[in-house]
Amino acid sequence: MSKYKKEPVKLVPVPSPNIIPERDIDKTPILEVSHLGIDFGGLTAVDDFNMAIGRTEIAGLIGPNGAGKTTVFNLLTKVYQPTRGTIMLDGRDTAGMNTIQVNKMGIARTFQNIRLFKDLTVLDNVLIGLHNEMDYHLPSAVLRLPSYWRAERIAKERALELLSIFDMQDMAYAKAGSLPYGAQRRLEIVRALGTNPALLLLDEPAAGMNPSETAELMENISKIRDTFQIAIMLIEHDMNLVMGICEGICVLNYGKVIAKGSPEDIQASPQVIEAYLGKKKEDN
Amino acid sequence: MKNNEKIIPMPLRYLINIVLFVVFLLVMNNLIVSGTIPKYYAGVISFIGVNIILAVSLNIATGYLGQLPLGHAGFMAIGAYTSALIMKAASGSATIFPFALIAGGLIAALFGLIIGIPALRLKGDYLAILTLGFGEIIRVILLNIDNVLGFTLTNGAAGLQKIPKTTNFLITFIMVGITCYVIHTMMKSRHGRAILSIRENEIASESCGINTTYYKTLGFVVSAFFAGIAGGLYAGNIGILSPSAFNFMKSIEILVMVVLGGMGSMFGSVLSATVLTALPEALRRFEDYRMVVYSLVLVIVMIFKPSGLMGTYDFSLNGLLDKLILKFRGNHTEKGAMPQEKKGEAAVRKKEGKLK
Repeated sequence: MSKYKKEPVKLVPVPSPNIIPERDIDKTPILEVSHLGIDFGGLTAVDDFNMAIGRTEIAGLIGPNGAGKTTVFNLLTKVYQPTRGTIMLDGRDTAGMNTIQVNKMGIARTFQNIRLFKDLTVLDNVLIGLHNEMDYHLPSAVLRLPSYWRAERIAKERALELLSIFDMQDMAYAKAGSLPYGAQRRLEIVRALGTNPALLLLDEPAAGMNPSETAELMENISKIRDTFQIAIMLIEHDMNLVMGICEGICVLNYGKVIAKGSPEDIQASPQVIEAYLGKKKEDN
Repeated sequence: MKNNEKIIPMPLRYLINIVLFVVFLLVMNNLIVSGTIPKYYAGVISFIGVNIILAVSLNIATGYLGQLPLGHAGFMAIGAYTSALIMKAASGSATIFPFALIAGGLIAALFGLIIGIPALRLKGDYLAILTLGFGEIIRVILLNIDNVLGFTLTNGAAGLQKIPKTTNFLITFIMVGITCYVIHTMMKSRHGRAILSIRENEIASESCGINTTYYKTLGFVVSAFFAGIAGGLYAGNIGILSPSAFNFMKSIEILVMVVLGGMGSMFGSVLSATVLTALPEALRRFEDYRMVVYSLVLVIVMIFKPSGLMGTYDFSLNGLLDKLILKFRGNHTEKGAMPQEKKGEAAVRKKEGKLK
């Protein structure tokens, strides 16, 4: 048998166990993904991905490197168009939509490799996130009509409020590129919140942070969920963070879901242990 | 926190700038009309004005949008020929001239739209080559249109002659003022920020819900519009148009002004357009060496300040005044008073609905 050939992984029956927290169970899930898949040429990066996320849930997406986690995010935000499957956002099918339309419908994201507008100020970064919240047109901007001043004033106040979540309002006029690494990651979250999302996707928010910063981040993620009442889905390798704040966790390996459930279920799941640590020799 | 407090209130800030600009216009105009500044130099000053508009408009596409179009002279040519033909038809009536200018700008903007939509799907060098091709196509069409369609509009290589010289210092620099004002206000709005965000990171920009295709095209069209205006002013200044004036080298000349001034700095564009237009004239005495000096200036600036004279810094008179007032008062303690609201209030505000 070729050493590259993998044994078929036993799939946990999906979509059960349902990982939607009880308080959200009688509402339509914010996100329902069924049989999502994408092929790059002959390579199947993600296959038969199913997931539902509740209105105010914090969900985790974990898996070894190259499992297809970021690809799932890129599929949800339509950076890639899926080959198979459907993505229902708030009960509406997103087929054929692009990144911008999906964002307007309520998905905001951060990036694994930080993508800030580095040469602009922190405040401008957040104001760009608030772009679609302002509704004046170009002529009123050029003529500096009252509608311009009003929208800009409200947006600026709102931006400073959002920055204050992370106590960053003092840095408002610093260049985004000059911020320390952790602050840049936080700014990305603030910018994403500016677009008024219903579902926030965080791609490795704790990458490069020290343990105390991570602990603070965990608090802040919960706080964001509580204050904004939105769903958050995060990719993370830091198991303390994932097990600490996620209510439902989905484990990917080789593009397939191998386990789903509460943090306790996941920690006990033999498939997950196998994916992360490998099998015992005598099992082969 | 960096000092960003605005001490001078908003309407006053605009008023100061407008008053100073009007004073500048009147003083210069008086000097020119009374003959204190010789006619030759007055002509050079008008060309500085035209070049400022060209550089500032190209700066939208290169500095703010982060693209590299090489066909700016093409848009200028369209504007120049359009307004020149209208002015000839109107036999030099001064009241028609503003409309001729705007018509030139609009036709150039239309071409900007036609070129921009396909071109902006490309990036970097590919876009450069495409726009370069566009500029050359315009020039060649202007050169040959008589023979092709039986028109006698552009007179081919001989060029348009006896265009009414309706422009003067005042009109040119009023247009410079309007151009700078419009571009400044556009860039300091949500539309301008959207354009900047495309330069910084297009993927992040899309994920913020910004329609990048729309804003790229918008930047390109506005850039073309003002190039068309500059073309119209050029035609009115020089009185004779030939296609060879709008060749590839003209596009490069404008690009050099933008790069030398600092991409993304309007003040830089204005400064370097002034310097690079005046320099060859100032060096006319050293006829043999002037292009050597011109090139040397470029080389030296690029070696010692690769980001251009001004980088992305933009001069603000009021900002300077603010700083002076602060220094004069000597109290730095008062600044940095931020609205310290409780964190939960952001969410409360959000519940109240979208921003109006």
